[in-house]
Amino acid sequence: MDNGKIDSIIDKYPNDPSSLIQVLLDIQHENRWLPEEALKRVSERLNVPLNRIQHIITFYKAFSVVPKGRHEIHVCTGTACHVRGAPRLLSTVQDLIGIKPGETDQDLKFSLETVNCVGCCALGPVMVVDGEYHGNMAPAKSEEVLKKYE
Amino acid sequence: MPRIKTPAELEEFRKAILSKRDPKRPCIAVCTGTGCLALGAARVVTAFKEEIKKKALGTRVDVVDIRETGCPGFCERGPIVVIYPEEICYLQVQPADAEEIVSQTVLAKKILDRLLYVDPTTGERVVHESEIPFYKNQMRHLIGNNIKIDPKSIEDYLAVGGYSALAKALGQMTPEQVVEMVKESNLRGRGGAGFPAGKKWEFARKSPGNPKYVVVNADEGDPGAFMDRAVLEGNPFSVLEGLTIGAYAIGSHEGYFYVRQEYPLAVENVTLAIKQAEEYGFLGKNILGSGFDFTVKVHRGAGAFVCGEETSLLSSLEGKPGEPRARPPYPAVKGLREKPTNINNVETWANVPLIVTNGPEFLTSIGTKGSTGTKIFSLVGKVNNTGLVEVPMGITLRDIIYKVGGGISKGKKFKAVQTGGPSGGCIPEQHLDIKVDFDELKKVGAIMGSGGMIVMDEDTCMIDVAKYFLNFLTGESCGKCTPCREGIRQMLKILTNISGGKGKEGDIELLEELAQTTRDASLCALGGSAPNPVLSTIRYFRDEYEAHIKERRCPAYVCKDLISYTIDPDKCQACMICLRKCPAQAITGAKKQIHVIDQEKCTKCGTCFEVCPPRFAAVKRLSGVPVPPPIPEEARMIVRESKQK
Repeated sequence: MDNGKIDSIIDKYPNDPSSLIQVLLDIQHENRWLPEEALKRVSERLNVPLNRIQHIITFYKAFSVVPKGRHEIHVCTGTACHVRGAPRLLSTVQDLIGIKPGETDQDLKFSLETVNCVGCCALGPVMVVDGEYHGNMAPAKSEEVLKKYE
Repeated sequence: MPRIKTPAELEEFRKAILSKRDPKRPCIAVCTGTGCLALGAARVVTAFKEEIKKKALGTRVDVVDIRETGCPGFCERGPIVVIYPEEICYLQVQPADAEEIVSQTVLAKKILDRLLYVDPTTGERVVHESEIPFYKNQMRHLIGNNIKIDPKSIEDYLAVGGYSALAKALGQMTPEQVVEMVKESNLRGRGGAGFPAGKKWEFARKSPGNPKYVVVNADEGDPGAFMDRAVLEGNPFSVLEGLTIGAYAIGSHEGYFYVRQEYPLAVENVTLAIKQAEEYGFLGKNILGSGFDFTVKVHRGAGAFVCGEETSLLSSLEGKPGEPRARPPYPAVKGLREKPTNINNVETWANVPLIVTNGPEFLTSIGTKGSTGTKIFSLVGKVNNTGLVEVPMGITLRDIIYKVGGGISKGKKFKAVQTGGPSGGCIPEQHLDIKVDFDELKKVGAIMGSGGMIVMDEDTCMIDVAKYFLNFLTGESCGKCTPCREGIRQMLKILTNISGGKGKEGDIELLEELAQTTRDASLCALGGSAPNPVLSTIRYFRDEYEAHIKERRCPAYVCKDLISYTIDPDKCQACMICLRKCPAQAITGAKKQIHVIDQEKCTKCGTCFEVCPPRFAAVKRLSGVPVPPPIPEEARMIVRESKQK
C-alpha cells in the first residue's frame, strides 16, 4: 500500500489523533492487514506515537498485523449460534482447513476468525466467507461450502 | 432539493410527497435486512426488477414500485415480501417465485397460497402480516414502520410522519419542556441498566461546560442480540430525529453515532441518513428556522465488547483504546474530551420522537409502573419463531416465548431463557410467569440488558452456557482492573475443569466466592455483572453442576469430554450414511455390516447422531457410563430375512 493511498484515506478525516481508529479501519478494510510502513505513515501524519498505534491495534479485534488469506472465514460464535451447534461447526472447519481461529494457512488461501455475533441468529449456526453468509451450517455441510473457494 | 426552513414548509412538503403517492399503487416490499440478505433477498429483488422490466410495467399507468426495506423481524421465515396495497405477506420467497407473484398477485390480484404463513396449530393460511400470531401478539411502535419505508429515503420517512416531532420540539417547546416531557414519560435507558433517560438529560443540561456532546451508543456487542442493528438498518431517521431532539434539549451542537463495524449495512444507512438530513435541513445551521445548530458524525467501533460501556465508548471515540474510566465523574459532567456528554442507546433515542409527538402518556399508558413503553427483544435460540419482537413491558416471559415465539422448536422441552447478554442470567421454567420489567428481572437474578433473549431447551448444558459466557468475557475484559481480569479467568478455569470431567468437591462454593469478589470489586459494569451467568446457573441448576462433578455426567450430552457416541448393534441397518458423513473417518463398516465407531478417532462432533435416519435411531449418546465394547467381528454381518427366502 503506497503513501498516496494512505494519505487519501487520512485526508477524509479531521487531521487529529481522534481519527486514528477510523483511519486504521479504512486501511485494514482496503489492504486486509496493516503493514508496518502504513502504520509509520499514519503515525507521522496524525501525530500519534507508534507505540500508541500498537496499543490500539492489539486492543481492537478488527485489526491484523499479519497478511490475511485470500478468503476470510468468520464462524459466528454468538450465543444463538452456540446453542445451535457453532462449537461443532468451528472444530469441523478447523479440521478441514488445518488452522485455528486467528490463523492463516501457509499458502494464504484461508484465514479463520470467530465473530461474536453477526446478527443472523435465525439462521444459526452461521459461517461468513468473504462477506457471504451461509446459514444453518451443519458441520457436515461446511466442507461443501469451502470446496467452492480456490 | 432546497432546505426546508420552517415547520410550515415541512408540512407543505409532506403534503406534496403524499399527494404524489397513490395509496392504491402496487408496491412490492422486500426485506433486505441482514437476515433476509443472508437468505438470498438480494436475488429476490433482482428477480422482481427483471420481471417488472420484462413485463414493461414501468411504462404503464399502474406502475409497480419495488421497495427494499429494513427488518420487520420474522427472520425465521425470510426472505419476507409484502405486497401493497393489500398488504399480502409472503414468506420464504425465492427468485423463482417473482414471475408468479407479479403476474398473479400484483396484476391479477390473486393470492398464492403456497407462500402464505400456515398456522401450525389450526393449519389455516394467513394472508396479512398483522394476523400472523408472531406479529399479532406484539406492539410494534419502533420497528412497525420498517417494512413500510425504504431506509435510504428520507421522503419515505417524511411520508409516515417523520420529523414532525422535531418540528414540534423546536417550534413549540423550550429545551426544559422537552426534558420535562421525557422525564414524565419515565423512559428508561434501553441499553441495559435502565437509568431514567430524562434524568440523565437533565444532568447533562445543567452541567457547566461547553461544548456538550450527545452520543448514540450503537455498539451492540451482546452475542445473540440484533435489536439496534434492525432499527439502524430499517429506520435510521427515527434515531437521528430522537438524537436531534435530545441535542436541543441538552444544549448540544455536536453528536456522534458509535456503530460497530461488524454491522456494515447499519453504518451505510446511518451515514446516508445523516447526509440526507443535512440536505433537507434537519441537520446543520438554523434547523427549521429555530436558530438551533446541530451536526452529527459516524464513528465505527473496531470490535471490542467493552466499548458498549459508556466510559469505554468515550475513550474509543477519542481514538484511544476502549478502557473504562472510574465513575464518578459521570459522562454528564466529564465525558467526551472532558466535556458534558449524554449517551443513550439506539432504542432509547428512537423512543424520543414518539414521546414528543404523542406526549408522555404514550409511554406511561403501556407497561408497568416502573418500566414504561415497549421493548424490542431478539428472540433466538431453540424457539420456533426466531426473530425480532417488540412487546409491551410487563408481558410475561411465557407469553413472549410461547405466544410470539411459537414455543420450543422440534417439540423439545424448555429448560431456561437467558436474558441480558453475557452478563445476564438464566431464568428457569418456574419463573416464566414473571413480568418483563427492569426490576422484576433483577429479582430472579437476571437483567433486562439490551434485549437479547436466548431460549434453551433440554439439549443445552448449563455449565457449557456459563462457560461460554465467561469465555466470551475473558476475551473482552479490557484487563485494566484485577478483579475482572483475574476473577473471570479463574472462574472460567474452574468451569472448564468441571465440563472436562475434572471437577471436584468445593468447586461450586469456590465459584460463588470468586463471583462475589468480581462483582463487588470491578471497575465497570462489565466485571460487575460478569458473574451473573455463573451465579444464576448455580442458583437454578445446581443439580447439573453436581452431575458433572460427582457423576462425570453431562445430562444434556454437550460437554465433549463427558460423552461418547456409540452405535446400537441391534438397531444399525448398515445404511452407510454415518460412515460416509463422519468427518473424522472414525466409523468402520460396510454394506450389510454393522457399523462401529472407533472411540480413539471419534472427535464427538455428533454428525453421526444427526444423520442417522430417525427410523433406525441407531446412534446413541452416552454420558457418565462406560462405552460398551464393540461387538465381535463375526457378529457384525446383517442377514436380512427377506433376502433369505
